[in-house]
Amino acid sequence: MTIKICDVAFEPFSEIQTFQNALALNGKFGATSIFIGTMRDFNDGDDVQAMMLEHYDGMTQKQLTKMVTTTKSKWQILDFLIVHRIGEILPNEPIVLVAVWSAHRNEAFEACRYLMEELKANAPFWKLEKLATNQNRWVSKF
Amino acid sequence: MITIRYFGSLKETIGRSTETLSISELESLTVLDVWHYVNGDFPLAENILTALNMDYVTRSHVVNDGDEVAFFPPVTGG
Repeated sequence: MTIKICDVAFEPFSEIQTFQNALALNGKFGATSIFIGTMRDFNDGDDVQAMMLEHYDGMTQKQLTKMVTTTKSKWQILDFLIVHRIGEILPNEPIVLVAVWSAHRNEAFEACRYLMEELKANAPFWKLEKLATNQNRWVSKF
Repeated sequence: MITIRYFGSLKETIGRSTETLSISELESLTVLDVWHYVNGDFPLAENILTALNMDYVTRSHVVNDGDEVAFFPPVTGG
């Protein structure tokens, strides 16, 4: 299981390939489910030039680890990879990668979805958008 | 000593990202008490989340010496 908080752009497919190559699971996994979240250049009707992603260092890792533990208690998962960006992000750059390896597809699909939704709901990240108008705007849920 | 941290838009609203609070051993403070100790009457908005030692807790959770308390708006990662 790997959780990476990345302050520079990452290439999700390279991350997945490198991680999978290092797994001692040849012949054991039959399913890999992947979610990649990518930055858009628009939000709430406005053009967005860039985004600053802040996080609570330490709590982020602690909460993600707890989410993985919960996910493992619900589904038979062989391994996990989570990568999340912080710092300044530009449109078209990946923000988050969640990848799950399991023997069968159902576990992989469900665990990946669950983990991603838990991350969205509870991992302590905050997005500050830089709009095309040069204004800054915090992304908010309410 | 208690460490208090603020994140996201709340950090801008408060104008600080971190501060400390010294309490006597006899005092029993909740997370909400800590907020008012350092922010006076400034209201703790209903949507603000609270964490103690990097775990989510309610505002009535008791804080002990050496703890880290955090206040932040709803998270927006992913």
